Formats: sequence, C-alpha cells, structure tokens
Amino acid sequence: MSHLVKRLLSLVGVLFCVVSITFLLIRVSPGGPFDGERKIPEAIEKQLLAKYKLDGSLWQQYTGYLGDLLRGDLRLSTKYRNRSVNEILAQTLPVTLALGGAAFLLATFAGVWLGTLAAMHRATWRDHAAMFAALAAISLPSYITGPLMILVFALTLGWLPAGGWGSFSHLILPALVLAAPAAAVIARLMRGSMVETLQQDFIRTARAKGLRESAVVYRHALRIAILPVVSYLGPLAAHLLTGSIVVETVFHIPGAGGFFVHSILNRDGFLLGGMVIVYCTLLVFFNLLVDFAYGLLDRRIKSHA
Amino acid sequence: MAFSTAGSNPMLDPRVLHRVKKNPAAVVSAAFLAFIVLACVVGPEFLSASLGEPGPNQYAPPSWEHPFGTDLNGRDVLYRVLTGGRISLLVGLCGAVVSLFIGTAWGLIAGYAGGRVDALMMRVVDILYSVPRLIFILIAINAFNAGLQEWASQEGLQWLVQSSRIAILILTLGFIEWLTMARIVRGQVLSLKERQFVTAARALGQSHTKILTRHLLPNLAGIILVYLTLTIPAVVIDESFLSFLGLGIQAPQASWGSLLADGAGAINPLRSFWWLLVFPAAAMSLTLLALNFLGDALRDAFDTRGR
Repeated sequence: MSHLVKRLLSLVGVLFCVVSITFLLIRVSPGGPFDGERKIPEAIEKQLLAKYKLDGSLWQQYTGYLGDLLRGDLRLSTKYRNRSVNEILAQTLPVTLALGGAAFLLATFAGVWLGTLAAMHRATWRDHAAMFAALAAISLPSYITGPLMILVFALTLGWLPAGGWGSFSHLILPALVLAAPAAAVIARLMRGSMVETLQQDFIRTARAKGLRESAVVYRHALRIAILPVVSYLGPLAAHLLTGSIVVETVFHIPGAGGFFVHSILNRDGFLLGGMVIVYCTLLVFFNLLVDFAYGLLDRRIKSHA
Repeated sequence: MAFSTAGSNPMLDPRVLHRVKKNPAAVVSAAFLAFIVLACVVGPEFLSASLGEPGPNQYAPPSWEHPFGTDLNGRDVLYRVLTGGRISLLVGLCGAVVSLFIGTAWGLIAGYAGGRVDALMMRVVDILYSVPRLIFILIAINAFNAGLQEWASQEGLQWLVQSSRIAILILTLGFIEWLTMARIVRGQVLSLKERQFVTAARALGQSHTKILTRHLLPNLAGIILVYLTLTIPAVVIDESFLSFLGLGIQAPQASWGSLLADGAGAINPLRSFWWLLVFPAAAMSLTLLALNFLGDALRDAFDTRGR
C-alpha cells in the first residue's frame, strides 16, 4: 500500500514540474499573443491582458494559473477568441485518442505476434524477413510513409480516402502509419526476450511433457517473455501521442495535433499549455496503470515459481 | 593506464571488425553512407549555385537537365536534396554527440555512485522516457531562439545569427536523446566497476575522477560508439519531424524534413508532383536505413548473446 502512496506522490510531483516548466517556457517566449500587424491601442491592450489574466507580475500570473488549473479551468484561447481551451480539447481530444488507441492496439498485437514468430523460427528466412521489415519500419518516419501511402493507396489506386475523418475507412491508413514504427520496436523487444525465455528450464519441461510447440510458446513462454513489452507500453503511448501530431497533419484529421502546431505558431500560450498539461497527465496516469499491470503479471509469475 | 587493458577493450578487438565485415548488409550500408555524406558535403560545390535560386521552370518533371525535377519556385530538387542533406546530417551528428556527452556522464555517475544516487538518477530517466519530450522541445525552440539571436548579434557573431535555429536544434535534440545512452552506460559501469582492475586502482588510492576517466571510460568507448551510430538516425528523425511541421529549419534554408513537407503539399487528387515527395523521401529513408543497419551490425558484433 505504501508503494501506491509513494507512486501517487511522485506522480503529483511530476505533474507539478510539467506545469511549471510549461508555464515558464511559454512566458519567456518572445512576443505576446496580441502582437499582430496592427498596433492595438494601449487601453484596449490593457483590457485584453486583464481579460486573459496576463497582467501582474510573473509570480502572480503563475500562482493564478496554478489556482485555475486546480479548479479544472484551462482558461481561454487567445487566438480562437471566446473559446475556452477546455472546449477545444473536448472537441478534438476524442479524435486523437481514437486514432492513438487504434494505433496502440495495432502496434501491440502486430508487434507481439511478429516478434514471437521471429523467435520461433530463429535464424530462418521468416526471422530475417520479419526483422528486416522491423528495421525498415523503424527507419521510416510517418511523414515519409504517410504521404507515400496517400500517393499509392488513395490517389493512384483510389482504394481508401486520402484524408479526413468520419468513417472506419478514414482510420485505416493513419492508424497503420502511426503504428508501424511502434510495432517494429515491440517486435524487436519481443523477439529478444522470447529467444531468451525459450532457453529456460521450464520450457524444456513443457516440451518434455509433449506439449505442442504453439502451446509451449503461447501458453507458457509468452507470459514471461511479454514483460519487457509491458514496460515499454508507457513510452509507447508517449511516442504515439507525439507521432499523431504529424499523422493528423498529413491526413487532415481534426484532432488535437493540428491545434498543437497552430498554438505554437499563433503564440496561443494557454491553448499550448493546456494541451501539454493534458497530454502529460494522460500519460502519467497511463504509466501508473502499466505499472500495476506489470506488478500483477510479475506477481503471478512469482507465485507460479 | 596499464590496468585498463586488463578489461578487454572492445574497440581494439579485431574480431569485432571481422564480424562486421562478414555482414553484407553492414558493408553495403557503410559504403552507401560514405557515398551520401560525400555527395551532400562536396556534391553542391560541383553544381552551379544558381540551381538553388528561383528559376523560370516551375514544377518541371525529372529530365537530363534536372534529374530530380524542379519545385514551385523552379529550384532544382537534386540541389535542394543535397544541401538539405547537409543540414539534416549536421544536426544529426552534432545532436548525437551532445546526447553522447550528457548520456555518458549521467550513466557513468549513476552506475559508479550506486545506491540512492543511482536509484534517483535512473528514476529521472524513467520519468523522462514517459513524457512526450519532443513536445517540450517544440516550446523550448521558440523560447530560446530569439534570445540566442539577440545574444549573437550583440556579440557580433554573424554566422550564429543566421544559423541560430540549427544551433538550437542541435542543443535541444541532444538534450532529449541521451536517455538510452545513459541506461546502456550505467549497465556497463555496474558490471565493470566490480572487475579486478578497478579494485586494484582503488587499492592504489586513485581518485574517483581518475578511475572514471582513465579506467572506466576507455572500456566503454566501443559501446558508446555503437549507440552513437544508433542515436544519429534518431536525431535526424526528430529534426525532420520538427521541420516537417514548420517548426524546425525555416525557409529559404531546407532540411530533408522541410523538403518532405513541401513534397507532401504537392500531391493532391488533381495533380501530383510526385518527384517533390519521392526523391527527398528516398534520400532520407535510405540514409536512415543504412545508419540503423550499421548500428545494429556493430551492436551485434559486440554482443553475441541471443543470436
């Protein structure tokens, strides 16, 4: 139980650091949100600053922002006037999470399957082909594969839509592009750990019992060999959230990623800050979940031994 | 120094080079990398610089005159791929070196100190692994770029004013890609520091600094070099990620990432200027593939476990 309390405390610490660093980086960025081509009269600018709570000393702004965050208020966007950051996120985040979730499942299952297959047929053409494909997928970032896939599957062959959002067919290409490098990393992790697991004594016992090879691998070895993959799921989620910024741009998907880029270009501080904070909170909680899953899996292994 | 040879130094091990040479993919990759680096560094010197300037031929398809075609402003795509490669490779190499310094120092200290210091330092690495670091870099670049430009123009460093974004990219990307290096180095130090030559050095009363730099570091050189090879493609990918989104290298300068962004913008259902996309994509993906193949082959040559 004390472990749980410790984890929660460190989680709060991490989030506090994230919020502070984000706030500081945004506030030291040169240029205010209202620096446009036209000079705004001083009185109006003062009013605007007051409306968006950008007046007062840096410390006052910081403590004010922390207070608002604790109340769950991410403040107003300075670019998309009269829209709150909460509102924008409520509209766009579900899209990003749907894409990310699809890619997450795809990457995990494809990666585990491919890695296991390579380990079972070690040093055969299947192993070499799978590992070559994995290395290629790691080397090809989504802004190369994305436009090329559009060029081939959407514009030349016309099988799938080139972009947009709404139906299942819109999800296929972006999820595939987003998942490929992650699946490759998982496949490599999985192969390495499966190769090691298959050399252990309990596997020899299982084989000696006369179990089919597939039962040995999937029922006995997988349980242990999957542990490195489980501990990679946290970084994987971070990777997918970052990667989805590019994929959403390439496929014109109305998710949070596009707002991310625009909030930087528009110096829309609170929108940017809100998104960074929400992303990090999601990831930190997800990591906690992965930690527990790992603990559960690990305990089961210990009780088996 | 006599003691450090007691731990086998993989850098001096001829078997490693032999194993790499026997891997055809690694040899091909090394040759291709040499070719692409040479082409990017000296290639543009042999081409007329006017090819990089706007010209009358808009969107000309590949021909003898323009092997890779031309872009919206009539600039030669081959010339831009080569000069863009210069920037991408420069950022990749320098960023990887920055990450090497941070990661090695972090891993050395954590592994050598052990105990609570080690636990705390590695916890920091774990946490950094699970936050979207690249997103902080997005903000940091904008925050620091203007400051650096101002400082450089005050100091009269004209070259730095022009390439402040490249400098910032190198520093910030080096700052986020050191985590794997730190983990690897720490793992090696943990096993190395129990070896007899370290005990002997300690018994002789050598200082911690001396043990770290004279005895541990030379034995780590090989593994550090291997992970440097694997960090370069990671930094190149990060840089082009930022440039693709329009937040890295700014026009008229170009890197492979911003060329790819131009290419992705030039394909649409009405008319696709495919050469703007395909040639930068080929240059970049082949380079990344070669770097990863070479890095993997080097790593396998050092570590024969699990083959």
